Amino acid sequence: MTDILRYRDDDAPMEPVVTISSFADQSNSSAVLIEAGDDVRDLLPHLDRLKLAVVDFPRFRDGRGYSSARILREAGYKGEIRAIGDVLVDQIWHMRRCGFDSFAPNSPLDPKVVEESLNRYEHVYQPAADDAVPIWKLRHG
Amino acid sequence: MYQYDKYDQKMVDARVAEFRDQANRRIAGELTEDQFKPLRLKNGLYLQLHAYMLRVAIPYGTLNSRQMRMLATIARKYDRGYAHFTTRQNIQYNWIKLEQAADILADLSTVEMHAIQTSGESIRNVSSDQYAGATADEIVDPRPYAELIRQATSFHPEFSYMPRKFKIAVIASDEDRAAMRLHDLGFKLVRNDKGELGFEVYVGGGMGRTPFVSPLIRDFLPVDQMFSYTEAVLRVWNRWARRDNIHKQRIKILVHEWGAEKMKEKIEAEWQEILPNASDIPRKELERIATYFEAPAFDDEAAEEIDLSDPDFKIWVDQNVRPHKHPGYAIANISLKPVKGIPGDASADQIDLMADLAEQYSFDELRVTHAQNIVFAHVKKSDLYALWQKLDAAGLAPANIDLISDIIACPGLDYCSLANARSIPVAQKIAERFSDAEAQRDLGELKLKISGCINACGHHHSGHIGILGVDRKGTENYQLLLGGSGAEDASLGKITGPGFDEDGIVNAVATTVSKYKELREDGERFLDTYRRVGMAPFKEALYD
Ligand code: HEM
Ligand code: SF4
Repeated sequence: MTDILRYRDDDAPMEPVVTISSFADQSNSSAVLIEAGDDVRDLLPHLDRLKLAVVDFPRFRDGRGYSSARILREAGYKGEIRAIGDVLVDQIWHMRRCGFDSFAPNSPLDPKVVEESLNRYEHVYQPAADDAVPIWKLRHG
Repeated sequence: MYQYDKYDQKMVDARVAEFRDQANRRIAGELTEDQFKPLRLKNGLYLQLHAYMLRVAIPYGTLNSRQMRMLATIARKYDRGYAHFTTRQNIQYNWIKLEQAADILADLSTVEMHAIQTSGESIRNVSSDQYAGATADEIVDPRPYAELIRQATSFHPEFSYMPRKFKIAVIASDEDRAAMRLHDLGFKLVRNDKGELGFEVYVGGGMGRTPFVSPLIRDFLPVDQMFSYTEAVLRVWNRWARRDNIHKQRIKILVHEWGAEKMKEKIEAEWQEILPNASDIPRKELERIATYFEAPAFDDEAAEEIDLSDPDFKIWVDQNVRPHKHPGYAIANISLKPVKGIPGDASADQIDLMADLAEQYSFDELRVTHAQNIVFAHVKKSDLYALWQKLDAAGLAPANIDLISDIIACPGLDYCSLANARSIPVAQKIAERFSDAEAQRDLGELKLKISGCINACGHHHSGHIGILGVDRKGTENYQLLLGGSGAEDASLGKITGPGFDEDGIVNAVATTVSKYKELREDGERFLDTYRRVGMAPFKEALYD
């Protein structure tokens, strides 16, 4: 099993992960796998029992998962969103901003390098799923 | 002109540091070329036939003399003493060494410039009207909106790994000088019945191998909602575009497959989801940005007459100078299309000279046009003669704006690894064939555009006359297209028939032009005649 890099204080959910289409029917499941082509909005009626959303990146260039995470956060989901698959260190900053709070990529990440890249940009130009204050807001107090 | 504050500067500086680190890892062999490629492409660095190529962003084509001088310095210090202005109002260097790329970016950052998101699958530099802030036909200056959306789409966390590149244009006049409808997302500023400012929004234009003129998707978007609506467009595309075929991933293909109506519904629905999250940028930030674009202090005493007694000067004024909203001023176009030159190229010395002249004569400001020329937007009419003399002495006064020798051409096989054929020599041969000033002027507005392959960097689809380099059994071959336009009457050119060799295509252009002269009616441009009579008479002249 790959190491999981987590940015949460709670314990990692251990429930088995099911596909979006099974999630609706399996009313006892609480962890879901979101594949790149899935419509994450199908999950929204069931958010109250969701604890772990695992978003797969088949290739790092496939950016659909960023929108999936943001849509979950916009809908008020507070549970864990984990990125798996082809996830590279250069993407972690953007993923954190879109609401991902755990990472279990194919090739393990060096936490030190991740930390460096997360600290590289002090500011952001736009609001997202994190609590970073956009530059325009800093400008106008 | 917009100026960075400490925040903008920090973002750019951080990017330079990040890129330096990535380039060092590549040079040390810690990153493979495959891993490095997407990183360098976020910083405008392409690997070409002979060397690396660096594309530097010139936001909405506007820059000041200090920035222009830095572009000259970079050409001297890191390249071969020249540079190439592009059809998206940017600049490219063709002979860059990877070891020096980070130093170039660091030099650029000292004058508030960068190469961020100028290549790769990113939201590219925003283009706009080169006459912004100077032309009488605009509703407002579009550049503050272009700057706002530039910032808001920089380092956007959700839209950094998109299906393909994404290009935005913002204009504010009925006359479209920025090829707005050939962009992925086009904003045109308009006023509604109540006099409020908003945008007509166009989605899904583009060139490349499958060109489309974008349809109107929303007829009035309040200006304050520009960013949230842009996010909705981007999200719909990011989620639902194909990802299985790189040639079918642009938003234009999705619009084509769904149709404009469905696209509109999808965007509107997504926008309603996004709106409660209030990503929009408040009016006071737009106002802050707009203060940088306030009109310069025009001299109200400036003379309105131009002394045209020098006949060569008169020709230049007639062809290259356009009316300004202030009666004592004019807009001067500097053509980078001398007969034997390379379209869009300028030497470091020419770049420096233009910087000096802009400082002296145009409130320290220059513009790059999508036709690969330079504009001085605010020249006192009484200074035009002095300006012209200095330009002329430096080979910068061809009087051919919008004429047949004002050719748009991509780098083609001389530089580009994707090319089928050379573009530059063909442009040069055509320019030479039509070098007679009188004859050119007699032909009137005639936009000729050349691409060295189907990727259409030279806008051949939107040329009144377009030329496309194709590969035919291993030899260079050129197809001829007629009837395209990138302006407010946007349309896509049609291929005339079988292609030609290099000399053949020059002759074919000559034949087409002769046919036009024979058929034209009073005041008709080539494009008007073509639209009236259609392809048939031209085809007959070319192939029978
Ligand atoms: C020499 C290196 C260059 C390479 C490898 C290159 C590559 C490409 C490719 C692959 C496309 C097609 C993109 C698509 O259809 O999605 C494209 C489009 C384009 N390129 Fe280039 N290009 C180069 C230089 C230039 C230059 C010098 C200019 C400006 C003069 C330019 C302007 C454009 C424009 C305007 C488009 C059309 C965009 C659209 O489809 O809307 N490119 N380029
Ligand atoms: S049109 Fe083709 S040949 Fe010309 S620059 Fe673009 S990719 Fe290269």
